[in-house]
Amino acid sequence: MIWESVALAFTAIIRNKLRSFLTVLGVVIGVAAVIAMVTIGQGSSAQVSASVESLGTNVLSVRPGKFRMGPPIGGATAQPPKFDIKDAEAIADLPSVAFVAPQVTTALTVVAGNANSATQVYGTTGDYLKVQNWAVASGRPFADVELDAGSPVCLLGQTVRADLFGKADPVGARIRIKTLSCQVIGVMAARGAGSFGQDQDDLILMPIKTVQRRLVGNSEVESISIALRKVATSADGVDQVSALLRDRRRIALGEEDNFSVTDMAEISSVLTGINTVLTGLLSSVAAVSLLVGGIGIMNIMLVSVTERTREIGIRLAVGASAGQVLMQFLVEAVVLSLLGGVLGIAVGLGLAFVASTFMSIPFAPSGAVVALAFGFSALVGVVFGYFPARRAARLDPIEALRHQ
Amino acid sequence: MKGPIRVAEPLIRLREVARVYGSGEAEVRALAGVSLTIDKGEFVAIMGASGSGKSTAMNIIGFLDRPTSGEYLFQGVPVQSLDADQRALLRRHTLGFVFQGFNLLPRATALENVELPLIYKGMPKARRVALAKAALETVGLKGREDSNPSQLSGGQQQRVAIARALAGSPQLILADEPTGNLDSKRSYEIMALLQVLNRESGITIVMVTHEEDIAAFAGRRLVFVDGILTEDHGKVGAP
Repeated sequence: MIWESVALAFTAIIRNKLRSFLTVLGVVIGVAAVIAMVTIGQGSSAQVSASVESLGTNVLSVRPGKFRMGPPIGGATAQPPKFDIKDAEAIADLPSVAFVAPQVTTALTVVAGNANSATQVYGTTGDYLKVQNWAVASGRPFADVELDAGSPVCLLGQTVRADLFGKADPVGARIRIKTLSCQVIGVMAARGAGSFGQDQDDLILMPIKTVQRRLVGNSEVESISIALRKVATSADGVDQVSALLRDRRRIALGEEDNFSVTDMAEISSVLTGINTVLTGLLSSVAAVSLLVGGIGIMNIMLVSVTERTREIGIRLAVGASAGQVLMQFLVEAVVLSLLGGVLGIAVGLGLAFVASTFMSIPFAPSGAVVALAFGFSALVGVVFGYFPARRAARLDPIEALRHQ
Repeated sequence: MKGPIRVAEPLIRLREVARVYGSGEAEVRALAGVSLTIDKGEFVAIMGASGSGKSTAMNIIGFLDRPTSGEYLFQGVPVQSLDADQRALLRRHTLGFVFQGFNLLPRATALENVELPLIYKGMPKARRVALAKAALETVGLKGREDSNPSQLSGGQQQRVAIARALAGSPQLILADEPTGNLDSKRSYEIMALLQVLNRESGITIVMVTHEEDIAAFAGRRLVFVDGILTEDHGKVGAP
């Protein structure tokens, strides 16, 4: 009997192709939106984990002020003091620490011939490449003399290289940054997109002394990246660095830190957390359209019951029970809704695939989410199909037969 | 077995059946206490002016409606105490309807229309098709299985409806003005068909009509006036 109802439902749906399609459009959009959101969200979570892992789990990041993601809250708070190069040198002497890379960054336009590129200029030391686990693709890294002297030399990221030199080999060429003429000594290996889809290859590395003296005009260090020795735990590293910096910055006992030391696990969990919240938020908005889709199905099923009153009367007269009539209309609503769900899953996965390719994040379709969307569209059919079906089943056969 | 000689229970027995619609000022007594019996194999015409209660009697006999008071025994089963699902089962297994307006499903073929009651009997597809084809052949529509009702004449549509009533091998066919929408030639053909079914297959037929010449095809005639049975002619074995 259930298969008869399914066959009957398909007949009714095919008979009114356009109407059936418009009826389920709400469900299609709802399911597609949920599937696309969740799939893209999972892809970007995977991307965050992967890029954090590529940095290594034993990397610490030290910044002035409290660690927080997002824009600053309130403008009135005093800027916490920055670091200087001596802080980095002191950290390098700690037992757990393997490499230390002090950093200062500034956004500038760099020029080569008549090509230019707006990019980030990183001032750092040779250890930056070791902390970041980053290789030089062609040319050479900084020499110690260049670092000590603050020589005008630079390493280019792949994006900047492409902007300025196209396919030509830039090693040995000179580029201009503000008034500084700077020799290209090497090109970094390509890294691709970062945790937020930002381009990690859009930068220039220079010795920190060069940037401090020739470009920003002070001796501040904005942040310090630290690679710990293999034997040291992240917690030990954080404790040692914090104790050292509290001492150097003369923070009294009981006073709060005016700097933060974070390990990658923490950064990773914050990024993943943001991702989860965003995905959840967008998905719940999308779920509302599923609800609207369900109401659309209910509306059309009610119209259909009225239109087919006489048919219901005939069925009751030839021996259909109220339960069988209820089942017929309920199955029709569920089949409609499931068709919408399947269509929505296809559209959603398609959208997610296109978006993933575009944002260069992994395409991570999840069987569980697809199954959930399928189940949910069946549920929408049952919930919103029940009321019209019950109305059909409760018709008085005599009245229904008289209906014109 | 002791006791008096067992008399076969009639197919239909109504005892003081009344059907009242509405209440108070708006109260309408469509049937005001009707008693009658119909035996298996009879062909009965129910006649009366509109509003005489003949359609109400038909709905009650066809398990579509229940008496407000009185008793309706179908093969000894007290129908007035059955719920809607039990009455649906009785309709499914014991009777077939033929309506004035044919009441075929417009988008379904003749064959699908005839199959319809068999679906509710839970019959497998192959058997349904075989029975439906046989029924269509009985009513003289062999070869029109795949026609839609809109492609058939009124007389042919009524034949499909009769085939639908017939397909489930019912004990009783209820025909509500079966010739009301047909010209006299087609009407006589339909009546002749019903007569054959009654005589050759032994199916009991109860038919509502207000036309004398149509009623003449039936062996027995019941006349209703204002909800009361006033005449009963031709009852077999009646005095």
